[in-house]
Amino acid sequence: MNRIKSKLQESKKLLSIYFTAGYPQIDDTVSIIEDLEKNGVDMIEIGLPFSDPLADGPTIQESSTKALKNGMTTEKLFQQLKDIRKTVKIPLIIMGYFNPMLQYGVEEFCKKCEEIGIDGLIIPDLPVDVYSEKYQAIFEKHKLINVFLITPQTSEERIGFIDSVSNGFIYMVSSASVTGATSGFGTETKDYFKRISKMNLKNPQIVGFGISDKQSFKEATEYSNGAIIGSAYIKHLTKNGVGKNSNFVKTIR
Amino acid sequence: MTYQADEKGYYGEFGGAYIPEMLYPNVEELRQQYIQIMQEESFQKEFKDLLKDYVGRPTPLYFASRLSEKYNTKIYLKREDLCHTGAHKINNTIGQILMAKRLGKNRVIAETGAGQHGVATATVCALMGIECIVYMGEIDIDRQAPNVARMKMLGATVIPAKSGSRTLKDATNEAIRDWINNPVDTHYIIGSVVGPHPYPDMVARFQSVISEEIKSQLLEKEGREAPDYVVACVGGGSNAAGIYYHYLDNPEVGIIAVEAAGKGVLTGESAATSALGKEGIIHGSKTLLMQSPDGQITEPYSISAGLDYPGIGPMHANLFRSGRAEFISITDADAMKAGQELAKLEGIIPAIETSHALAIFEDRKFKKDDIVVLNLSGRGDKDLSTYIEYFNL
Repeated sequence: MNRIKSKLQESKKLLSIYFTAGYPQIDDTVSIIEDLEKNGVDMIEIGLPFSDPLADGPTIQESSTKALKNGMTTEKLFQQLKDIRKTVKIPLIIMGYFNPMLQYGVEEFCKKCEEIGIDGLIIPDLPVDVYSEKYQAIFEKHKLINVFLITPQTSEERIGFIDSVSNGFIYMVSSASVTGATSGFGTETKDYFKRISKMNLKNPQIVGFGISDKQSFKEATEYSNGAIIGSAYIKHLTKNGVGKNSNFVKTIR
Repeated sequence: MTYQADEKGYYGEFGGAYIPEMLYPNVEELRQQYIQIMQEESFQKEFKDLLKDYVGRPTPLYFASRLSEKYNTKIYLKREDLCHTGAHKINNTIGQILMAKRLGKNRVIAETGAGQHGVATATVCALMGIECIVYMGEIDIDRQAPNVARMKMLGATVIPAKSGSRTLKDATNEAIRDWINNPVDTHYIIGSVVGPHPYPDMVARFQSVISEEIKSQLLEKEGREAPDYVVACVGGGSNAAGIYYHYLDNPEVGIIAVEAAGKGVLTGESAATSALGKEGIIHGSKTLLMQSPDGQITEPYSISAGLDYPGIGPMHANLFRSGRAEFISITDADAMKAGQELAKLEGIIPAIETSHALAIFEDRKFKKDDIVVLNLSGRGDKDLSTYIEYFNL
């Protein structure tokens, strides 16, 4: 069974961490992943950096720019991850924008992911309709789970469509914002979490955007299966470098 | 066979809407309504009245006799430089501000490179009493100070884009991020035929007034609606879309697109997307764009800020790929020379963007009785400091 699916069956609130590959240093990728797993993180999103990350706020943008300056490329990331499954057991997801994957070749990209043991992809600018029309068959052939986003503005009808195309979990964006823009959730956001929870979707939901500490993690996971932390972790890396992950994970749970 | 967009916003294989889910409700709302709103009688009336009384349309179709004599053909200039605010950009912003009002939006955002689209947006927002925020690259803010001042005087807030290369591409990213953060009350006025569907088609329709006017003006002057060639410069390509629009599907009209070669197509300092670009995704649209082998979008270069964009609109990508249009690239030096020449021969100082289109006559020869209509997309006032420095005026 796909590692994401079996992880989602565990009866705990999943903590998922995003980091940008190639940041702070080009060769930090493997040690960041191993260290996060050691500290009890349930799932990791490996960010493939892009020059023009439309859905990201300043923190992730800056880490992407730095990673590209450090020399990160798609091929380089695949090389770094080549032996990752010898040491790491938790689900690994690559998160990136569509253009670098398109240039690598979607089929080739998916094939490489399968060889390495990547379990899923999150591609914010690949819309669900284009995916289901053109790419779903390729993803499925290579046993990759594709994760789609929903927001407080997504209509129930569209959430239904996204649920029907999804086969892992739904990435529930906490508020109308780019990454790293907010902290803490108001009544409106909590109502949205409740509303989605009541829809009884086939796929579990994991919340992302705006989670940075124990309090926001607790709130985000009250009505969902887990939460993703990105910008707050990048800030931690910027300040402390790699190897101090235990401090970070402890502050969350 | 048509060269217009299909229902899903594709021009051949180019176009579409490759957008994050956060943008979907806004873009979808626009997609569902734009054609219907544009076809409403009250919309058409308000749009046409403003184009006439506020923008100053129709703009003249001027027979450039001395230029024609020099190049031994018949050259007409479509005088978009005479529009209010100095360029064709305002045709689109008038249309989009009326669209924003009908969609019930009370806040407008825009991106700008040289500041022309920013000024045109700030102008219509002032006219309608709507809040206006313009994103502009930090570097462009420094080199286009007069346009920044104009926008501020018109009541707009200019926000510097400090990410990436701090130019047009990054200003567009910041505007998109603003739209993600403000999904309910805000309309994004994109300045060119780029971005996710329905923008390329909507902007092309608003700019199509250019070729609509040419048809009747040419009929009056030459007894025919269609010229032998239409010529325009292409950055994103909105003035080009406007002059091509009603001739796209008429194979008897030759289409010529002029890109900025910068210091030379192969120098690494160029914006000639058709020559250097590959298929990819930029700002929500599948099109030709300049990028690294790894799919990172690269920085273009041109002396003209309006052509300094790493992609082209999907309409133009399709015109290039299908062979429907002839693409020519012009260097900084040849463009500057052509701008100087038009000033001396016809008494018109063109925008440097337009100077690129004017520069084709040196090498691209036409028959004596060919009718060539060139879009004089903007006036050169904004470029005076560049002309002064270049020619030591």
